[in-house]
Amino acid sequence: MPSLKDLRNRIASVKATQKITKAMQMVAAAKLRRAQSAAEAARPYAERMAVVLGNLASGITVGPETPRLLAGTGSDRVHLLIVCTAERGLCGAFNSSIARLARDHANRLLAEGKTVKIICVGKKGYDILRRQFAEQIIELVDLRSVRQLGFEQGDMIAQKVLSRFDAGEFDVATLFYSRFRSVIAQIPTAQQIIPAQIEATGTSSDAVYDYEPDEGEILTTLLPRNLTVQIFRALLENAASEQGARMSAMDNATRNAGEMIKKQTMTYNRSRQAMITKELIEIISGAEAL
Amino acid sequence: MATFTFELVSPERVLFSGDVDAVVLPATEGDMTVLAGHSPVMTTLKTGFLVVTSTPGNGRRVLVRGGFADVNQNGLTVLAERALPEEELTQDILDQEILTAEMHYDATNEPAAKHAAESAIAQLREAKAALNF
Repeated sequence: MPSLKDLRNRIASVKATQKITKAMQMVAAAKLRRAQSAAEAARPYAERMAVVLGNLASGITVGPETPRLLAGTGSDRVHLLIVCTAERGLCGAFNSSIARLARDHANRLLAEGKTVKIICVGKKGYDILRRQFAEQIIELVDLRSVRQLGFEQGDMIAQKVLSRFDAGEFDVATLFYSRFRSVIAQIPTAQQIIPAQIEATGTSSDAVYDYEPDEGEILTTLLPRNLTVQIFRALLENAASEQGARMSAMDNATRNAGEMIKKQTMTYNRSRQAMITKELIEIISGAEAL
Repeated sequence: MATFTFELVSPERVLFSGDVDAVVLPATEGDMTVLAGHSPVMTTLKTGFLVVTSTPGNGRRVLVRGGFADVNQNGLTVLAERALPEEELTQDILDQEILTAEMHYDATNEPAAKHAAESAIAQLREAKAALNF
């Protein structure tokens, strides 16, 4: 039976923890708003890009001259997984669910006898994945020093991926991130980015397009840019998801702490009452004995 | 004057969306003006000023770097890799842009890319002069 002092201390420490989780929740809520509006602001660009690319790609037939970013290298032996996670923990199952998706994917590929290479964006994913895939991880991109995600970061990662692709280091690239649906729902997603997956737009116009410079050249400048946009978008979605996940995780923690305080206070009051009763009985029985 | 729908989108945000009279684009193969009813065309952009005219004789200038423009029956869409409205330009930003362009120039050996970077630098210097910095 813990003493009254022990109980008091325990309640005080849970209260302190609750204050921290409450503060973290509020910070996450503020950051979430910013991250969410950034993610929403970036959406039109990515959508227009997809439309333009769809128009362009539906007009050409895949041939030997088609850029390899669109047509692929013709084999699918080496897979590159780009795993985007957060730099910080304490955000529920956010990091582990992305890592789990990537791990399942990697295991399946390995079982099929394919070679797997992994680029980790964000430290947490790296921490989880390196236990199993220490040899497969070829690079860790650290974004901890980045305060405000910009297009430059997406570009930086895309350049790394592109230079490896040009060097023939892999055939297929898949991007892992968490899509932001709402504060309580973030969906871990795998998206193939090389070769580019283009939804053919049904609305491709019959009008004859003029291309300046020619079609192929536009496509070659467009495809790397599309890659950058996709990665940038993944980063933004991830940032919003992270804050959302942290917010709900911290909300839960705050609530749990509240429950714990309630229970502890109850025990504390009970044992205090018991002490008083015991003392009274002692006094009364002492007086009766006289 | 007939108007058409114009959208200027950068990765971070939508900068302009609405009906305009004319837009001058810094296309890679020379500046071009898009008016209502322009035939469908797709072109890449170089560094330079894009001029939006929504009321006659009144132009709004936006510095764009890289990207492309898509003209179709629905209007004009410009996807710029970086877009800065004239009001937001400062000397620091321009100097930074010039520095980036110069780095691109030094980093590449391809004649085409070299030429592109060179003209970007020239454009930026011109912009700097035009804005009296």
